[in-house]
Amino acid sequence: MASQEMEQLVRREYKEGFVTDIESDTVPPGLDESVIAFISNKKGEPEWMLEWRLKAYHQWLKMTPPSWAHLDYPPIDYQGISYYSAPKRPEDRPQSLDEVDPKLLETYEKLGIPLHERAALAGVAVDAVFDSVSVTTTFKEKLHEAGVIFSSISEAIRDYPELIKQYLGTVVPVADNFFAALNSAVFTDGSFVFVPKGVTCPMELSTYFRINAANTGQFERTLIICEEGAQVSYLEGCTAPMRDENQLHAAVVELVALDDAYIKYSTVQNWYPGDEDGKGGIYNFVTKRGDCRGDRSRISWTQVETGSAITWKYPSCVLRGKDSIGEFYSVAVTNGRQQADTGTKMIHIGEGSRSYIVSKGISAGRSNQSYRGLVKIGPRAKGARNFTQCDSLLIGDQCGAHTFPYQEIGNSTATIEHEATTSKIGEDQLFYCQSRGISEEDAVSMIVNGFCKDVFQELPMEFAVEAEALLNVTLEGAVG
Amino acid sequence: MTARRIEKVFKMLEVKDLHVTVEGKEILKGLNLTINAGEVHAIMGPNGAGKSTLSAVIAGKEGYEVTGGTITFEGQDVLEMEIEERAQAGLLLGFQYPVEIPGVKNIYLLKAALNAQREARGEDEIPAPEFLKLVKEKLAQMKMDASFLQRAVNEGFSGGEKKRNEILQMLVLQPRLAMLDEIDSGLDIDAMRVVADGVNSLRAEDRGILLVTHYQRLLDYIVPDRVHVLVEGRIAKSGDAELARELEARGYDWVVEETAA
Amino acid sequence: MSDVEQQSSEVKTFLDRLVERNASRAESQGPEPTWIAARRQAGAARFEALGFPTRRNEAWKYTDVRAIARGDFELTDSAEFSPASAAAITLPVEAYRLTFVDGVYSGALSDLGDLPSGVAVLPLSQALAENHEAVGGPLGRLTGVEFSPFSALNTAFMEEGAVVRLAPGSVVEKPIVLQFLSRANAKPVMSHPRILVEAGARSQATLIEHHVGESEAANFTNLVAELLLDRGAILTHYKLQEAPLGDLHVASIHVEQGRDSRYTSFNLNLGGGLVRNDLISELNGEGAEANFYGLFYGQGRQHIDNHTLANHNAPRTFSNENYKGILDDRARGVFNGKVVVKRDSQKIEGFQSNANLLLSDRAEIDAKPELEIYADDVKCSHGTTTGQLDEEAVFALRTRGIDEQTARGLLTLAFAGEVMEQVSLDAIAERVELAVAGKLPERFNLAGLVEAAMALHDE
Repeated sequence: MASQEMEQLVRREYKEGFVTDIESDTVPPGLDESVIAFISNKKGEPEWMLEWRLKAYHQWLKMTPPSWAHLDYPPIDYQGISYYSAPKRPEDRPQSLDEVDPKLLETYEKLGIPLHERAALAGVAVDAVFDSVSVTTTFKEKLHEAGVIFSSISEAIRDYPELIKQYLGTVVPVADNFFAALNSAVFTDGSFVFVPKGVTCPMELSTYFRINAANTGQFERTLIICEEGAQVSYLEGCTAPMRDENQLHAAVVELVALDDAYIKYSTVQNWYPGDEDGKGGIYNFVTKRGDCRGDRSRISWTQVETGSAITWKYPSCVLRGKDSIGEFYSVAVTNGRQQADTGTKMIHIGEGSRSYIVSKGISAGRSNQSYRGLVKIGPRAKGARNFTQCDSLLIGDQCGAHTFPYQEIGNSTATIEHEATTSKIGEDQLFYCQSRGISEEDAVSMIVNGFCKDVFQELPMEFAVEAEALLNVTLEGAVG
Repeated sequence: MTARRIEKVFKMLEVKDLHVTVEGKEILKGLNLTINAGEVHAIMGPNGAGKSTLSAVIAGKEGYEVTGGTITFEGQDVLEMEIEERAQAGLLLGFQYPVEIPGVKNIYLLKAALNAQREARGEDEIPAPEFLKLVKEKLAQMKMDASFLQRAVNEGFSGGEKKRNEILQMLVLQPRLAMLDEIDSGLDIDAMRVVADGVNSLRAEDRGILLVTHYQRLLDYIVPDRVHVLVEGRIAKSGDAELARELEARGYDWVVEETAA
Repeated sequence: MSDVEQQSSEVKTFLDRLVERNASRAESQGPEPTWIAARRQAGAARFEALGFPTRRNEAWKYTDVRAIARGDFELTDSAEFSPASAAAITLPVEAYRLTFVDGVYSGALSDLGDLPSGVAVLPLSQALAENHEAVGGPLGRLTGVEFSPFSALNTAFMEEGAVVRLAPGSVVEKPIVLQFLSRANAKPVMSHPRILVEAGARSQATLIEHHVGESEAANFTNLVAELLLDRGAILTHYKLQEAPLGDLHVASIHVEQGRDSRYTSFNLNLGGGLVRNDLISELNGEGAEANFYGLFYGQGRQHIDNHTLANHNAPRTFSNENYKGILDDRARGVFNGKVVVKRDSQKIEGFQSNANLLLSDRAEIDAKPELEIYADDVKCSHGTTTGQLDEEAVFALRTRGIDEQTARGLLTLAFAGEVMEQVSLDAIAERVELAVAGKLPERFNLAGLVEAAMALHDE
């Protein structure tokens, strides 16, 4: 029954903690031009890409880490991090799962991700990132037939340089923020998706990220482009092994939607959050931004954030196109000493643009969680609309829940509604469930799941299962 | 020995000299009540007499301090039991003001509650087809639409829908002792008939029913075996269904005066 | 000039004024008590270190104070004001009244009648002269030089203001009006008034802070108010801002609330070119309750910034906030409301509501309702809406034969109504409603309607 869920929520130990012993090809810690040249060389990149990276590096040197977030962590020693690690044998990649390192498959087994089965059953193309290098990509054939490009970003830089030059860094400029600049300089891998005009991607695309080698920051770079009328649903999920050192992660995700295009981007994030005293755990500084460039385009972010020691993440939408739509649905659960500062930015530029924000935060233990959001309505965004619902639930009296929504409204025809609540689980609701014979733990889990319902509904089926497994929502599957 | 055992089975609920304080104020002042299996009891009384306090204390609501007395249910000390243990044992409270629980579908609550009860009895979870069949049958009995199962518990329900939902839960969970707190309040006559029919269908040899009500009206539809008048924290008068009619005709004042005298 | 040079020259202008002032004061009045001199020094040092805030500072993100920083404001010793024109703008309400002209106390325009026993209302200068130590204890306890560059500046310059003392159990029936008049001077002047209210246990009073003046005035007021409510005290505080459109106004209002005290603020902002209010309540005792009601109406190029903060420092404390903003032309409004619940402050209720109406395409509102919560047994919520008038309501009124312009005007008044309904002082409610109606574009011509309604009400 769902009683384990409460365990997971409040007292859980990290289940995915283990280390796979695969010999890594790692550069010594530190960052300078030679390290960037090494990464670029390893990836077999053209000269222009190296220049792009170096430009970002020089910008980064001039920048300082942001201090405005409601987060407390010791300064990070960026020279103490190794910026590249890859499994050996990069040239002879396995062509099928049979060729994949059995240890890697074993890793997936332990994670509860029976890759071959799940991929086949769910019809999902899986681009698994292991230690910053794509190891296997399946279903490429089927995607190829539809004209969809789904590859690692390294391959895309080699195979589709014109597309990369046209789009990379146009949504998140290299100097956008400290972590984006760092990522631009040192990113090692990630995904590239291109869906041409009028094509609906024939399957859900998913990528599993893992951080593995000790002291190795992981710097994913993802770029998704949907041409006119194209559609894609992209799924991303993460787990990481237990570690004592804090591990840095600074990903950049860029989405571009042209006229009538629709991109749905879903994340389940369950990285190691650190132990009860907050020791270890991933530092997760992510820049995710979607550009609704075309008229009637739509970008939807859905996230279920349960892991990481520090989360700094604001998936955003720039609503340039006329009647474009931006959406953000988020469930964030923090426990132990976790700290999360997350939310979204909706920048309304185009006439008739609309945005929806639903954020559900659950704080337990000694954790602290903040919703930080910006809704900006530009002077030309006639008739723009935003609706924001932002609720926090507190479990225990040692945690904190904070809400910092910014609204900058410069157009009299705009309509903006924002509602936020903060409360603990209602005593009367608990009593009602308990008086029906349901244990307190189960009652809490039912109420918490009810609280998150609006967001879970937005997840693709394949992911909803994982998200619910994360919260151990056995009640969900019980009734057809 | 045999005789005593039979007596125990008979005596379903026994409340002895119950004293209850709420926020420092004594509400129940030595209440005695025995309900035997197969009986329907009605507790009536003026506002503020402590009617709702009694059922709330039996169900285990927080904020009520029991300063004296005992509550025994089928030989078990109710006051020592957790809230859910009471429900699992078959002591079920129908709320006067059913609580809204956003996002939690009715069907989840029903299934979770039923399985908790079965688990407590050492039974397996109910198979899904069997469960759905059961629920649909009870829904039809309460003249409720199946779409109702997909709605969040009591959220946006009308007063009548909430009360029907309480009875539906009773029908699905089949309690040993059903306590219904002001189940008639806020109901129009048609809804009241449906609710009363539901309650009457619960009447059984091995089940007790405790109705808490301010008005006699409900008792025209659910005829009780015993009627108790609660005045100032004590049962001031007990009788059969005729007592309820007398109260309807004469009001409560004469009982209050009798008690004072 | 570089930013740094610009800033230091701005700061220097003000510090030079301070040196002049200190010298002339010493000459005319002799040496000050040492604690005052020490605080002036601390204020000046703090101000010099901070300079004026810039928009890089989160608390000033949406408000540019360069109009103040780059100004050159004189100080005045004259409280001359024509009694006739004063009478015309004075709030028509029977009250105890202290009047300040450009910050200088005017005995002629003040009227303290016969105050009930146990109640003291006096200008700060007089309170200091009578017993400076009695003032020195509470003054600055809530708002010190640390709070902001403006509070530091106020502490450096402070000379005049109002002291209100309510003995335990005293009830003041008539409101206490603190009237601040702004004059059209040849050169702009500045003033740094201080308000200190000590409300004893179970005392009750209504305080009206009224800012008004000659329409051509362009002065800078930098006010600090400290309101101390002992257990069970009830204080209703109106701040009616009707200053001339050239005036610059910064106010820091800090309230300390003991057990079961109730503070209700009505922040009614109609005037002023640049207005910034910081309203903070420290809910320190169980059962304490703070109510913040606000209405701001901006036109032309008015800039109105309201920052509020309810600090729930004790269990079972309550805050309730409702701010309404109406912005026309190129006016800009800022609403930043924050509720903070400290650890172990359980059983808290904090509610916040902010609704804004934009009447022009060039008007702007920046809203930031914040919750910062470190306890779990709380009920906190906020809601913010920004939009236009309800077109269906406009339509409904038109189907009853009301022309569209009037319908819009009526609905705008109704929008303000939710806050105005809470105002129990008719004189203020009528004044504000008339002003709102009058501020609506002329074609609405609603003032007539409002007047008619009032006449009907008075009959």
